[in-house]
Amino acid sequence: MRFVTVSGPPSSGKTAVIIKTLEHLQKAGQKVGVVKFDCLFTDDDELYRKNGIAVRKGLAGALCPDHYFVSNVEECVQWGLLEGLDVLVSESAGLCNRCSPHIREVLAICVIDNLSGTGTPKKIGPMLKAADVVVITKGDIVSQAEREVFAARVNMVNTKARLLHVNGITGQGSFELSTLWTGAEETVTVEGKKLRFSMPAALCSYCLGETRIGSDYQMGNVRKMDLDMPTGFKTDGGPQELGPMNTGGES
Amino acid sequence: MTRQLETLTVEAVFARWPFVQQQLADNGLGEIADKPESRLGEFLDTDQLQDLDGFIDVMEDFLGTNEEKVSEVTITGGRAKDGSPEPVTELTVKVGEVICIVGPTGSGKSRLLADIEWVARGDTPTGRHVTINGQVPDDKWRFSSEFKLVAQLSQNMNFVMDLSVEEFLNLHAESRQAADPQEKIQRIWNWANELAGEPFAFDTPVTSLSGGQSRALMIADTAVLSSSPVVLIDEIENAGIDRQQALDILIREEKIVLMATHDPILALMGDRRVIINNGAMQKVIEPSEKEKANLIELRALDEKLMGLRHRLRMGERLDEV
Repeated sequence: MRFVTVSGPPSSGKTAVIIKTLEHLQKAGQKVGVVKFDCLFTDDDELYRKNGIAVRKGLAGALCPDHYFVSNVEECVQWGLLEGLDVLVSESAGLCNRCSPHIREVLAICVIDNLSGTGTPKKIGPMLKAADVVVITKGDIVSQAEREVFAARVNMVNTKARLLHVNGITGQGSFELSTLWTGAEETVTVEGKKLRFSMPAALCSYCLGETRIGSDYQMGNVRKMDLDMPTGFKTDGGPQELGPMNTGGES
Repeated sequence: MTRQLETLTVEAVFARWPFVQQQLADNGLGEIADKPESRLGEFLDTDQLQDLDGFIDVMEDFLGTNEEKVSEVTITGGRAKDGSPEPVTELTVKVGEVICIVGPTGSGKSRLLADIEWVARGDTPTGRHVTINGQVPDDKWRFSSEFKLVAQLSQNMNFVMDLSVEEFLNLHAESRQAADPQEKIQRIWNWANELAGEPFAFDTPVTSLSGGQSRALMIADTAVLSSSPVVLIDEIENAGIDRQQALDILIREEKIVLMATHDPILALMGDRRVIINNGAMQKVIEPSEKEKANLIELRALDEKLMGLRHRLRMGERLDEV
């Protein structure tokens, strides 16, 4: 079975790109499936089912979606094998822009759209940087110049990736993408394989359900911003005995 | 050394390879820039010249300027939707040509354009092959961000960046690492203003340009700054833009122009017309003498219609047409 991880910011067109691309494989008689990861809600599974694609969905709920993904991905691969799939796709949104569900030796796709602004390639970091193929969507509604500028920005973040323009509505470019999927390596398990990029760090009191705000309630993996506050500043709301105000920039 | 750098003046070298100035400065040779009329051989020894030559190789590779220019693209016919062989077995389009593509919705126009963009090697549903300058091109045309064979212009496209015309053009020139960006930006602005009729300024935000002005700026910008040798146009609406001049600009910048259109005037402006149906190129025809003569009449009709439009806008009645 070919296994492909697809990631990308919310609303970048991942689902549309996946459906259009799998259509070409279905036409060629292949059995295809998707595992959709999301946070709180998704009805994309219905959309996949309607298109004759085997589907399972996973909602991370209160958990960090990336940690949830990596804790479940091996089981998903085994599900795909049991279903007798030729191609299995995992779809996950890079919800905090810090994550990257990409696994070594597994074809990694990042979907990103032209409308998201030229700063986006730098902002989303790991999921773009670690991808083998970058798919750029919504090229049909912006100018040629903006497409070129955006592609150049993507190229600055990830110089090695193959870059493809796909239109999620008409499917233009999806056939070309499908040829890369069928050329992916065989996967029988991801057990023991490594993530290309570490997951966002967690394990502070808020991970465990704390809701109150303030230093007294914070434990574990906590890091404070440097706001150049006066020395001796207290965050407990009590009376302040302040040293001189920091001048900023020098600390 | 094929470039004979030692015989060139500093000025000439900087004009041709703008990145050299920075490279020399980085190597503590910045003062060379103060003597633009001297020859490079006066400052650099053989080793330094060789290093510089190598650096230019690397940069040209990176920028894609080292490439052999695309002068023609050939499409070898594949098969139609029903599997029968494609009637047109070979179509070669050359730089400076305008080819119109006509056919009903779903006839396979998009697939033809996609085959060109993907430089098909018999590996698409149509089985077509595409060659560049008579040779099977390499993978870079498929996957890199620098080399895209086809630039696209369509009616649905908009500017989405919140920038002035000047900032916008600067950004594009910078991302293309264009040589002499200021001259190019000025040229784009001049041409776009000529095309649009209604003038706009350098500090006009791109998002507040009218439809005609946006189209004009997109065409002029694609002609001058886009690296893609083929320009695909999906209709140009006959409002607020001089279409003949738009095509002339693209031709002058040595583009291959493919135009999907059902507008009779546009279709007759093309050098040839490809007729698509059932997923295949059925015929390639050239405009006949009669058609060319009709173009004059069609233009007159068009102008009349535009005149009526103008009168309507001015609040007049159209009792007399």
